[in-house]
Amino acid sequence: MARVISFLTRTRGRDRLHWTDWFTYGYLFSGILLMFGPVLWLALSSFKTDAELERFPPRFLPYAQEMIEVEGYDKPLPVFTVTAGELAGARVAQVRRIGLVAQVVRPENPSEIIKIGIKDRQAVESVSLATKNYTELFERFNFMRFLWNSTFITVMATLIMLLVNSMAAFALSKYEFRGRGTVMALVIGVLMIPQTVVLVPLFLVTRELGMLDSLWGVIIPGAATPTGVFLLRQYMLTIPDEILDAARMDKASEWKIYWRIVLPLSAPALAVLAILAIMWRWNDFLWPLIALSRPEKFTLQLALNAFQGEMDTNWSSLLAMTVLTLLPIALVFAFLQKYIATGIASTGGK
Amino acid sequence: MAKLELRNVEKAYGAAKVIRGVDLDIEHGEFCVFVGPSGCGKSTLLRMISGLESITDGSILIDGELVNRVPAAERGLAMVFQSYALYPHMTVQQNLSFGLENLNTPKAQIAEKIEQVSQMLQIDQLLQRRPKDLSGGQRQRVAIGRAVVREPRIFLFDEPLSNLDAELRVDMRGEIARLHKRLGNTMIYVTHDQVEAMTMADKIAVLRDGVVEQFGTPLDLYNEPDNVFVAGFIGSPKMNFLKGVIKKGSGTTLVLETGDKIELPDDTPKVSDDMAVTLGIRPNGLHLASSADTSAVHVDVKSVERLGGESYIYAAMPNGDAITVHSPGQTEIEPGSQITLTINTSHMHLFSTESGKALLLTR
Repeated sequence: MARVISFLTRTRGRDRLHWTDWFTYGYLFSGILLMFGPVLWLALSSFKTDAELERFPPRFLPYAQEMIEVEGYDKPLPVFTVTAGELAGARVAQVRRIGLVAQVVRPENPSEIIKIGIKDRQAVESVSLATKNYTELFERFNFMRFLWNSTFITVMATLIMLLVNSMAAFALSKYEFRGRGTVMALVIGVLMIPQTVVLVPLFLVTRELGMLDSLWGVIIPGAATPTGVFLLRQYMLTIPDEILDAARMDKASEWKIYWRIVLPLSAPALAVLAILAIMWRWNDFLWPLIALSRPEKFTLQLALNAFQGEMDTNWSSLLAMTVLTLLPIALVFAFLQKYIATGIASTGGK
Repeated sequence: MAKLELRNVEKAYGAAKVIRGVDLDIEHGEFCVFVGPSGCGKSTLLRMISGLESITDGSILIDGELVNRVPAAERGLAMVFQSYALYPHMTVQQNLSFGLENLNTPKAQIAEKIEQVSQMLQIDQLLQRRPKDLSGGQRQRVAIGRAVVREPRIFLFDEPLSNLDAELRVDMRGEIARLHKRLGNTMIYVTHDQVEAMTMADKIAVLRDGVVEQFGTPLDLYNEPDNVFVAGFIGSPKMNFLKGVIKKGSGTTLVLETGDKIELPDDTPKVSDDMAVTLGIRPNGLHLASSADTSAVHVDVKSVERLGGESYIYAAMPNGDAITVHSPGQTEIEPGSQITLTINTSHMHLFSTESGKALLLTR
């Protein structure tokens, strides 16, 4: 721990801070603010009540007004402190507000309604988390269904993509065949075509195959990506051919060479591609929006979109679900990144 | 029994012929070494035998069976690669068992074989390690073990020792030779190091530009080289080559470019008057002469290597040709001095300058 601290607080200047130290730390902190500021704002806002969300100017922490049960009233009443007049300093519960006048009661004497100016009272507030935003997702919306749809699409699409791409990359990197250069050029060429351009043909093909409004209609069209083929091929080129020859002498079939030798040795590249694929699929919005129309097939991204109506946006639910949508991807990233760092680097050669 | 026959084997990459008509017969149990300078096609030839490389023309027979179209996996051979080519993500044990698993060997039998082989090669302590945790020599042993454990008909070695340091190379050389004695399999070994070839081989095939220049036992090649190339390639230090012309008079005389005259035996075959020839003489066929001799040459000493038990004198002929002389024991000769050499005619080789072919074989 001490080493971590001394590492993080290293400076160029010995006794006092050099100007480069000021610059570096300033730069780094602004970076942190830029990266994590919005995320932190999102996380805190997701715990705010609707009233707090609409408040202007906004406050950083989620505050909620204290509520009190008063005899004779069905609902809990908001608590205020009186700041001026003869009741100054007393805690009162507001029954209703009419214009500039608030009707309040003292909790110990609920039957007597007192009128005070709204400027003479101040709301009693404390930091409190509106967890209702989250519980509501499960109670009022079918969050688990959206989560399952998103997870299913992400996992299946990633697995299929890794399989298909690695097989293509294996052939393109380790086999000599006529037209290999052309195929590779085509793959790289496809990199230059944006998805929006092929959106309409893709839609028509998917419809012909009868996969519209099904999860497979989202999974299959994105299964083979030129980026993935190119990335894996470049990595597989570094695997020495002699290892494959050795496996051939060991009577391994070509499938076995792929499955037992090439795939494990490509693990670092596969991990990188897996991270990319998971992020692409999880965050994918445009294609699912086109391919899926029934709400029970919606992914999380589409569900988030559904919260945003033409007239009204359900901010509290939207924010809470955004946080829940971010969590899995953040966990996956943290986990797989560690795996890359441990990567199997040695080639068994010299 | 595993006998290997190559019949006019050829390999071409497009228009470039790499192997140009190789004929070889390797008997069962023979340790055969392919030796030659880099780029001579020896590794390609080995890969063609293994089945990893296709052949353009000719035929390869193992035990009389044509294997031209048999894939590498089906030929029953095992190969040890220059870079060892161990599977980096598998432990030593998995490396050894991979081939056996592919042969559907029962698990108990695999374990038994691995134990046996790993003990023989002294890698039984390393079974749970991965290749990256092994030293060069240990990796080499594992690579050999991977070949041995499958009990192949023929072992193929592709320059297996070139990544090891000099001392380890000598050790492993002995170990492979012992392994050959113990297993009795046919082994084919590729190297560019003629010392390795001389010390290990039963038979050596010297290759140059895709052609077998000579095939025979190590001493045959040393004593009776067929041509200038083999003569120069086998033996260390290299054989000396002196250019000259035959003069026939009362006897047969060889006149060197420097004007020195050497009497040849009268029955010297296949030479005619005025024929341009190259005299080949190994450093140990030259002796220091104390006095002027009829068939003696005078040379300037350029440098002297004193190895203790023996010395090598590097000298230059008057016309600039380099000449190496072996001198037993320790010598007093200093660089810059002039010495006179006599040629031991019984150690002499004569080659046609034009064709490079041997003319005179004396011993």
